[in-house]
Amino acid sequence: MPVLDKQGAAPRDAVPDKEPGGTPGKTPEALSGAPAKSPRTSAGSRDRGRMLLLNALSVALGIALWWVLAAGGFKLPTPPEAVSRAGELISDGTLADDVLASLTRVMIGFVLGTAVAIPVGFLMGWYATARALVEPWIQFFRTIPPLAIIPLAIVVMGIDETPKIFVIFLAAFLACVISTFQGVVNVDRTLIDAARVLGAKDGRIFARVVVPASTPFILVGMRVGLGSAWATLVAAELIAAQQGLGYRMQNAQLYYDLPTIFVGLISIGILGLLMDRVLLLAERKLTGWQERR
Amino acid sequence: MTSKPAATAKPATQSEPAKISVRGVTKTFALGRETFTALDDVSLDIADNEFVTVVGPSGCGKSTLLNILAGLEAPTEGQALVDGEEVSGPGPERGVIFQQYALFPWLTVRQNVEFGLRTMGVAKDERRRRAEHFIALVGLERFADALPKTLSGGMRQRCAIARAYAVGPSILLMDEPFGALDALTRVKLQEQLLDTWSQDKRTVLFITHDVDEAVFLANRVIVMAARPGRIYDVIDVPAVERDEDFRLSADFAQLRNRVWHSVYHQDGVTAALTAAH
Repeated sequence: MPVLDKQGAAPRDAVPDKEPGGTPGKTPEALSGAPAKSPRTSAGSRDRGRMLLLNALSVALGIALWWVLAAGGFKLPTPPEAVSRAGELISDGTLADDVLASLTRVMIGFVLGTAVAIPVGFLMGWYATARALVEPWIQFFRTIPPLAIIPLAIVVMGIDETPKIFVIFLAAFLACVISTFQGVVNVDRTLIDAARVLGAKDGRIFARVVVPASTPFILVGMRVGLGSAWATLVAAELIAAQQGLGYRMQNAQLYYDLPTIFVGLISIGILGLLMDRVLLLAERKLTGWQERR
Repeated sequence: MTSKPAATAKPATQSEPAKISVRGVTKTFALGRETFTALDDVSLDIADNEFVTVVGPSGCGKSTLLNILAGLEAPTEGQALVDGEEVSGPGPERGVIFQQYALFPWLTVRQNVEFGLRTMGVAKDERRRRAEHFIALVGLERFADALPKTLSGGMRQRCAIARAYAVGPSILLMDEPFGALDALTRVKLQEQLLDTWSQDKRTVLFITHDVDEAVFLANRVIVMAARPGRIYDVIDVPAVERDEDFRLSADFAQLRNRVWHSVYHQDGVTAALTAAH
C-alpha cells in the first residue's frame, strides 16, 4: 500500500488549524508589479568577477606556498619538477592510459551504483514495506567504509576488475540511495494533495510530482556518490592493479619518485573537480526552478 | 455553471436540495494516548453557488472540515455529501486552493494551470485554450510562461485559483488562501476573487481567520468553536454590492462586530485568545 495514501494514514497534523500569520519568509509583494526577478545586474557580474579573481589568487598562493616549502628543505618536488614529470608522463602516454583506466572504473561503478540507487531509493520512499525491508541493510553497510570490503571482495571476486568496480559501486550506491530516499520522503505533502485534488492518481503523482520534486536530492546524492566513488578508486587500485592513477602512485612510492606521486594526486583532484562541475551544471539545468537563498 | 444536483440520489431530507451537505460529521485524531476531537457532530448545508466563509479560533476544525469535503481526509463518523453523493476521495468537481499555494515549482504558470487538464486527458489545443482563458481571468497573461519562483505571493495564489478553475469544478474549497499575504494584497485579492466568482459562479467554502474577510466575501458566515470543533454561530450577510462602500459602511461594521463577538467571546470567555496561548 502506498505510503502516500492519505486516508487512514496517521493524522497529518494533530491540531488541524493553521496558526494565523501565515508563512514566514514570504515576501510581501506588489500585486500587479513586475515579478520578483533574481537580480542579474552589473553588480552581480562584478561580484562574480571578484570571486573568480579571489579563486585564482588563492590557487596561486597555494602553489607559491608549495614552492617555498619545497625549496625550504621539505622532501617535496618543486612545481617545475612536477610539471616536467607531467610532461614526460603525457608524452609517453602513461598518464592518458592511467587516467583512462581509472575513469573507466569510476564511471562503471558510479553509473551502476546510481542506476540501482535511484529506483531503490524511490521504492523505499514510496512503499513502507520496501523501506522496512531494505533500510536495515543500507544503514548497516553505511557504517562500513567501502574500503573495508576490499579484502572480502578480492577473496570472493578475484583480483581483476570486478572487486574494484564493486567497491566503487557500493560507495556510489550508498551515498545516492539515502539521498534519493530522503528526497521522496521530503516531497511537500501539499503538492501531493494538490495533484490529488486535480484528479491525479498514484502513478501520475509519482511521475509528475514525486520524481521532479526529489530531483534536487537525487542530484546531490549523485555528487556525493561521485565523491566517494572517486575516493574509493585509488585505494582499490593500490591492490593488484596493473594500470590506473592509484597504481602509478603506489609504484612511484617504491622508487621514491615524488614528482610522479604529485602528478597522480593533482590529476585525481582535477578530474574529480571536473566531474563534479559537470554534475553541478546538470543540477543547475534540472533544478533551476528551485528557490534558492 | 449551474450543474443540477443529482435528482436520482437519495431524497433530500431538506426542503431544497443542498450542493454540499455535511451530516453529523465527527473527526477524532489520536494524540498519543489522548483523543483529540477536531470536529464534533457538525452538520451543515450549502446551496448551489453560495459563498460561505468559515471563521473560528485555532483548533476549531475548520481546515479538517475542508479536508473532509475535499476527500483528503475521511470523517470518523457521519458523512459529507456533494450533489447527494458521499465524498470518498478527491475529485476534479471539487477544486481546492491551499494557503501555501501548492503550485508545482518546476512548472510554469501555464503548465500549472494545465496540470489538471492533462490528468483529465484534455487534448492539447483545448487544454491550451482553456488555460489561456483562466490565466486571463486572473490577470496573469503576461506571466503565463514564468516559473512560480519569479512570482509574488499574490500572483502565485491567483495562479492557483486559475489552476483550480481550469478543471471546471462546481465547488471551490479555499483553505485560508490569503492568510500568508499582507493586508493590502489581501484586500485586492478578495475583490478580484469576488470579481472572478461573479463572472463564473461556483459554490465556495472559504476558510479564514480574518473576521473582515469572512464578512466581506460571504453570503453566510459560519463561526466555529474549538475543543471540540463545532459550529457556534451562523450569520447571514445581506446580498449587496461588495465594494469599498460596503467595506466602510455601518452595516459592514455591525456585521463585523457581531462576527467578532462570536469568534472572540465564545461562551463569555475570550476563547480565541486563550486558545492561542
